Amino acid sequence: MDTPARLSAEELEAARKRTGPIEWREMWLAFSMLAPTVLIVAAVVLLPLAANFWISVKPIGLAELRPPAPIVRERVRGEIAAAGDVIRVEYRVRSSSQDRPVTDVIFNDTLTEGLVPVTIPEECSIDGAAIECRMAELPPRERFTLIFELEATAAYLDAGSPNPRDTEVEATGRSENVLTSFEFTLENFRKVFDAREFWTVLWVSFVYTIGGTAGALLLGLFAAQLLNSSFRGRGILRGLFLFPYVSPVIAVAFTWVFLLDPFSGTVNAILTTTGVTGETINFLGQRGLALTTVIAFEAWRYFPLSFLFILARMQSLSSDLFEAAEMDGASPFQKFFFISLPQLVGIVSTLFLLRFIWTFNKFDDIFLLTGGASGTRTFTVNVYEQAFAISNLGAGAAVAVVIFFVLAIFVFGYFRFGPKEEGM
Amino acid sequence: MQARGIVLAVIFGALWGYIAAIVLGVSITMVFAVPAALTGWAAAAAGIVGALAWLLLDNAGRSGPYDTRRLVIAMIAYAIVLLLLTFFAPLGFALGERPVGGVLVLLVMSIVTVLAVAACFDDAPWRELRRYKFETVVLRGLKGFGFVFFTVIVAFPFYAMLMTSFKKQADLLANPLDYSINITQGFNELFSSYIELFQDFNFGRLIVISTVVSVVTVIVTLAASIPGAYAIARLRFPGRIGFSRSILMIYMVPAIVLVIPLYAVFSQLGLRDTLLGLMIVYPATTIPVALYMLQGYFRGLPAELEEAGMMDGCTRIGVIWRITMPLSVPALASVALYVFMIAWNEFLFAFMFLDNPDIFTLSRGVVSLNSSEVPRQHLMAGAVIVTIPILVIFLWFERFLVSGLTAGSVKG
Repeated sequence: MDTPARLSAEELEAARKRTGPIEWREMWLAFSMLAPTVLIVAAVVLLPLAANFWISVKPIGLAELRPPAPIVRERVRGEIAAAGDVIRVEYRVRSSSQDRPVTDVIFNDTLTEGLVPVTIPEECSIDGAAIECRMAELPPRERFTLIFELEATAAYLDAGSPNPRDTEVEATGRSENVLTSFEFTLENFRKVFDAREFWTVLWVSFVYTIGGTAGALLLGLFAAQLLNSSFRGRGILRGLFLFPYVSPVIAVAFTWVFLLDPFSGTVNAILTTTGVTGETINFLGQRGLALTTVIAFEAWRYFPLSFLFILARMQSLSSDLFEAAEMDGASPFQKFFFISLPQLVGIVSTLFLLRFIWTFNKFDDIFLLTGGASGTRTFTVNVYEQAFAISNLGAGAAVAVVIFFVLAIFVFGYFRFGPKEEGM
Repeated sequence: MQARGIVLAVIFGALWGYIAAIVLGVSITMVFAVPAALTGWAAAAAGIVGALAWLLLDNAGRSGPYDTRRLVIAMIAYAIVLLLLTFFAPLGFALGERPVGGVLVLLVMSIVTVLAVAACFDDAPWRELRRYKFETVVLRGLKGFGFVFFTVIVAFPFYAMLMTSFKKQADLLANPLDYSINITQGFNELFSSYIELFQDFNFGRLIVISTVVSVVTVIVTLAASIPGAYAIARLRFPGRIGFSRSILMIYMVPAIVLVIPLYAVFSQLGLRDTLLGLMIVYPATTIPVALYMLQGYFRGLPAELEEAGMMDGCTRIGVIWRITMPLSVPALASVALYVFMIAWNEFLFAFMFLDNPDIFTLSRGVVSLNSSEVPRQHLMAGAVIVTIPILVIFLWFERFLVSGLTAGSVKG
């Protein structure tokens, strides 16, 4: 296999040797035409991929995505009946985070008209009607109370005794963003690999991937045989067979869930009335069976894709070989196994490799069908489970890193053993 | 040699008897709401008798496969055995209860079973079924089974989805087999789930949002991938091979790996719960596919045409605009459709990013119907609404889509 790096170096050198202005212009044209693609893909795929590695070694939960901020609550103690009465206005200040401090806290409020400050806390100053308080640091889990004593004047009573709390408190503070800090941990990976669950997830992922891929390919091969000859209604059937692949996953997944419902599902009703089973079957809720059902769904949803590719290949096969075999008295199955199948090996193995990778990557299907319950939790579902259900982004990212490396092995295998296309 | 024929007849008789009974029985129950208990095993046994009768009545090979006398006798044999085995209640109720319907169904079942067996054997001489003919007959049986199997597994869920959306939750729970709908109840009553979705759940708005997001995705994808694909297909530049390989690799990066970092970064940038965020993410996931499909197509176009254009004084851009693009309309259409389909059907990012019901896409909106407070027919009506546009577009442009998918992306 040619490594891209060596080849490009060679090409670069060749281009330099020629030093034709046309080559250089062509090169720059090519680069500028590729620029939008490179930019978008770099921003939304490559950078996040790198960021995922970063997050996987950070102690970060879903809640910490929002940086800690100061929270200020205002309370009023005492009542004013006449001018000269004194009330206490308290500001209770704390950090929104349970374990991270906020520094350089500043909050502002407006002094209610007609109230004259008697005592003010040392952190605060009053300029006209503007109250401003500054605090150097708010440690986590500590509350501070700043107390103002205010004396009412006649003007206050004339204004209809407005509540001092009516004016809004604005608070700002600086805090360290966990995402950009240099605090690292290997806890996430330890969590992922330590649990006995890891091996279950690995096993389930592979059973699902291999089962789903093989099922879709076998069904596709079968369907392609059916529609290879021409007959009336073939176009309609071909269109119909593509439905599962074209339809949105949410629509078909929910339909399956309802059809397979153990209490009110049609499939169970059919099975019991035809006497196939005595009791209803919990297709999506029973360990083992759920995995089979999910694999069946995968095969059902993706057989159209392999069907399309295999059919296209079959129709491009030359009929000479078949005619020669017919003359030599080959039986139909012999023709299939010794003439069709060998010529389909290429497309089938390409499809297998591609589908294998895509099935491994699949998240939506299992998530919508079982949510990863009943022994159907694959790696991809585990990412969601860790990051969003348990709210531990770091652990989710660590699972994603594992996925990335498993995939890297597959992709390497694909380019090493996969089809070699001309010009690639 | 005779044994082979008889064994095949027994197998086909049982298979077709069983399939005809189950498929017809279930269809009748679902369409007409007749509570039929289905008699698959009895029908299989009757099918065996009917098939054997048909086989043995070949008049030493002189009667053709579709000889009327032969078929009719076989059907009568089938019907008699089925009636006897089910105590004259082939559909779970005595024939006297619904004489017309019952007899009609019985007739259809016998015709289907016997004709299917006859069509499998066709003119194969069952007395000397040598390998070639034997395999031909087996293959016909397999194909017939395949047609029924695929049609049922594909059509049944979609039929159930559509019909459920017209029903009421209570009826569905009472009899899960009953998919009959009462057309006389009037439009408003029949389409009540849909009306409610449009009135209370804002589905009209969701359709508009989904359309806008998908169309923008298509435009951005094409705008970036056409020049990119052309550069890879036609222009020489260092790193071209590495580039086209890495495009394919990016296609293999799972969305779930990108979700966490994108979620984190978009949350900080305030892009998470916005449609703009989706419209940034979607093209990034579709551009590699589109680029890959298009460069395969561009490479297949004759380069001579473009060279002729350059000779006549066109610039590169002019050549692309005036020669390559018009020649690639089918490929562009199929890529556009494919990208539209991906964006329309996308679920993961919409689910993760959108919290605000005002900017839900259709997929996200349908997922939000999946709660115990919303009746099942609403969810199915939502599923129908999200499915129908994509199916219509797809059926309309099927040829484009299919040829583009198979020709452009993977070469045999």
